Amino acid sequence: MIEAKNLTKTYGTQTVLNLESLEIPKGQAFGLVGNNGAGKTTLFSLLLDLIQPTTGHIVNNGVEVRSSEAWKPFTSAFIDESFLIGYLTPEEYFYFIGELRGQSRADVDALLENFSEFFHGEILGQKKYLRDLSKGNQKKVGIVAALIGSPEVVILDEPFANLDPTTQIRLKQVIKDLAAKREVTVLVSSHDLIHVTEVCERIVVLSKGEVVRDIQTTPETLRELETFFEGQIA
Amino acid sequence: MFKHFIRLQWKAFVRSASFKTEIWFKILMALGALYFILVFLSLGVGSYFIIEKAGLGDPLRVVNRFLIYYLAFDLYLRYMLQKMPVMNIRPLLYLPLPKTQVVRYALGKTLLSFFNISHAFFFIPFSVVLLVKGYPVLSVVGWHLACLALILTNNFLNILLNNVDRVFYPLVLVLALFGIAQYYGWFDVTVYTAPVFDLFYDVPWTAVLPWGVLAGTIAWAYTYFKRHMYLDAGLSAKQEVGKTEDYTWLNRFGNLGTFLKNDIKLIKRNKRSRTTVLVSFLFLFYGLFFFTGSVEVYETPVMQVFAGIFVSGGFLFTFGQYVPSWDSAYYPLMMSQNIRYREYLNSKWWLIVIATGVSALLAVFYLYFGWKAYLAILVGTVYNLGVNSYLVLWGGAYIKTPIDLGSNKKAFGDRQAFNGKTLLLTIPKLLLPLLVFWLGQLLWNDTAGYLMVVVVGLAGFAFKERAFRMIEKIYKKEKYKTLLAYKQQGA
Repeated sequence: MIEAKNLTKTYGTQTVLNLESLEIPKGQAFGLVGNNGAGKTTLFSLLLDLIQPTTGHIVNNGVEVRSSEAWKPFTSAFIDESFLIGYLTPEEYFYFIGELRGQSRADVDALLENFSEFFHGEILGQKKYLRDLSKGNQKKVGIVAALIGSPEVVILDEPFANLDPTTQIRLKQVIKDLAAKREVTVLVSSHDLIHVTEVCERIVVLSKGEVVRDIQTTPETLRELETFFEGQIA
Repeated sequence: MFKHFIRLQWKAFVRSASFKTEIWFKILMALGALYFILVFLSLGVGSYFIIEKAGLGDPLRVVNRFLIYYLAFDLYLRYMLQKMPVMNIRPLLYLPLPKTQVVRYALGKTLLSFFNISHAFFFIPFSVVLLVKGYPVLSVVGWHLACLALILTNNFLNILLNNVDRVFYPLVLVLALFGIAQYYGWFDVTVYTAPVFDLFYDVPWTAVLPWGVLAGTIAWAYTYFKRHMYLDAGLSAKQEVGKTEDYTWLNRFGNLGTFLKNDIKLIKRNKRSRTTVLVSFLFLFYGLFFFTGSVEVYETPVMQVFAGIFVSGGFLFTFGQYVPSWDSAYYPLMMSQNIRYREYLNSKWWLIVIATGVSALLAVFYLYFGWKAYLAILVGTVYNLGVNSYLVLWGGAYIKTPIDLGSNKKAFGDRQAFNGKTLLLTIPKLLLPLLVFWLGQLLWNDTAGYLMVVVVGLAGFAFKERAFRMIEKIYKKEKYKTLLAYKQQGA
């Protein structure tokens, strides 16, 4: 589904990302971990053509991301609050995204129905604009909006951060369902090793822009990751 | 401690995105700034002689008469445009600094504003001319200091008034009524205010009084802020009640309708965009200078075409030229969503077209000044639609100033208002049609001139596809730079 070849990103003399080759097959729940500055957000931004690679390219489902926009219809993402439109109510925002993705109001409503528990009654019908919601609630809106229109690739940067424990548990279920039932490729980054190992079939560890581990998740994975990051304390 | 504050301020200034522009634009901007300084200086020096020549009497007394309006207008401008200092002191709250110091810094910072310094360009040269002309030194100094205190009082009054619309608008209304009353000779408020300003000159020691007022205002502002320095009090952002709106009538336009809906909400729900639309509405009345014959140089047909472009193009110029910037807060979303550039640009184009059309309709009252006046406006409308609508979208690609939708104060209170690129791109928008008209008028007559402008405008419609392709290319090329610049919110 997603292929990165000789992908590098350099700012001045500093190389922030250097991937010789990375392939993510369709339907995989893919986890990305690494310390700050490891290149996680850089990789996601490259995938979304928000920054330009210094060398190499990314192909998303046969579409070369930097030269064509044809990846947009089947790819969705929530990176940070710059993906939210502050002056809309959550409903309006969902419908807006829905319309862009060719979903009728009823389609969007049906989808939102599934998330009423996830929203915990704090999102819909609150008479508030997105800019006035708390950070955690904003994140919930962004994540759910990224699921509108049955995208084939869903990119979530740090989805667990800022969420309350209950919502974290629910979000894990959401991601698992996505990858299991619907042939959706999910890319998740996180600082929380427990969460990623629980949701992702495969985990890639980035350090200083390079892949240092590429693991198929097994019951031992968490231990392995912990050992790796403990080793970073030098 | 103060050293730290100054360093912070300096960094905020030099590290903002708009400052890092290409060198030749910097030079151009410097030249522009120099030009404005010279204009103001010559106004300061020249006003004495202008008033003297007009035979209105002693220039100082004349200035004193109108000083009340000057101060009122200053306060009005400040209220609309000056940026408030309080929002960016949040990070300082929990640091081991005494609150009093933080407040003093925030208030002191406002003194360096363009709104205070710009007055020096009038008052200093004017006072110097007075001295050269042999006015008593002590009196002039007293008067000058009194004016300085009054301007600074305005600065702090504005801080206190900020966002208290229910005090501010009645105040403006009262002063506007005084102005109208004076114009028609019903009631002259200056008869009562001028002696006050004269007093500062006649009895120089009375200049102490405005300084006393200034000290009082500062103390008031100081205690007010100290008391309200809490996140849920003075530093809290106001919340509006959200209302979900549908605009289902726009659905029939497909994706275009989706964007238009969003743009309508954008305009309705954000302070900055509301102000912009209000300003663009005022453009409608700009033509009054041209068509009422109140200013002689404006009566030539060439200037009437100029007026036509301004009257119908208010929205185009004020809103249109910042086109991608309105979406700066969520530009990454727009760039990764299922949106083609063409559709995005097209929707903005339609918004401009609709607003320009509405402006042309609203301008129908110019018929009162003869059909020729309205004709000039219609000609301007066609040119705006056919040519300028592309030019603003094109120019927008280069304006990488993120817009803080929630705040009015950046519209002018920043050096960003003198964005050299904006100014530069305004020139072809305004001068080209004048040139075309002038050519037609030179070769044949007025009618031919109008016709030629219309033809150029209509030709623009024919080239819509081409123009869009070109603009799209530029937007794509600038995309990454734009994304990066928008990341620096509120710099």
